[in-house]
Amino acid sequence: MSHAHDHAASHGSVSSYLTGFVLSVILTVIPFWLVMNGGLNPHDTLLTIAGFAVVQILVHLKYFLHLNFTKEGRINSLAFLFTALVIVLLVVLSVWIIFSADALMMPS
Amino acid sequence: MTSQVNALHDHDHAHDHEHHDAGASVELGFWLYLMTDCILFASAFAAYAVLVGNVAGGVAGHDIFELKFVLVETFALLFSSITYGFAMISGHKGNKAGLLGWLAVTFLFGATFIGMELHEFGALIAEGHGPDKSAFLSGFFALVGMHGLHVTAGLIWMAVMMLEVIKTGLTGRAMTRLNCLSMFWHFLDIVWICVFTVVYLKGAI
Repeated sequence: MSHAHDHAASHGSVSSYLTGFVLSVILTVIPFWLVMNGGLNPHDTLLTIAGFAVVQILVHLKYFLHLNFTKEGRINSLAFLFTALVIVLLVVLSVWIIFSADALMMPS
Repeated sequence: MTSQVNALHDHDHAHDHEHHDAGASVELGFWLYLMTDCILFASAFAAYAVLVGNVAGGVAGHDIFELKFVLVETFALLFSSITYGFAMISGHKGNKAGLLGWLAVTFLFGATFIGMELHEFGALIAEGHGPDKSAFLSGFFALVGMHGLHVTAGLIWMAVMMLEVIKTGLTGRAMTRLNCLSMFWHFLDIVWICVFTVVYLKGAI
């Protein structure tokens, strides 16, 4: 019984998939609606859609990929967290370096 | 007689257990591969972010992106994620017909997504906005095309798995492979969240 329960938990249930799906629909439609209607100024719109994307990624990781911090699932989650750190370093530092180089080489 | 049956049962059980552990190692290995794939995508995103402003006097994102079209693409992929989840739930219950049915639905949603992407690429190239026109368009085609190639690979894999399940049934080996494809498919949906946010929505602001 306990084994069956563990099994269901690690592979998700219909209700957990539906929860993830409904949250994803909401988290997708709002940023599209914001950009299509242009209600906010560009800076605030950008920050808002970035926030929605991060939350939706977390929703997918929890409800579709079943990442967790149980004994069996911890190694997957830690591998992901380390990768997330590498991604942030890679993207943010690349953009920072290239834009700084661009700015320094601009004819004044 | 009874002890023989028990011994046989124990043997089967030990074998199952061993198999389950082997499957878990395969799935962890596949997850680690996906993490390296994340870094590949991150590199493409970094390149796109650096090149996005260099339009060489041509079109920029807000001239060519049609958000309603992208929203439909996004929903095709999102529906395919939940139908793949239903396929796996059927599979873990030993429901072969349910698994195959949901996989077929998932395949159709995935194929719809790829069909729409090819249509978008074809229209852009026909209008003279191909990947050779500017650094922005090179970055765009490389990033979005790389995601599309991954989805296409996932579709081929899915077709192969449907054939395997039809021929050999829901073996432990097939379920391990389906679990790996499950991670791959949901991972691609996560990458698409980044694509529609960073490329399409940010480009259209």
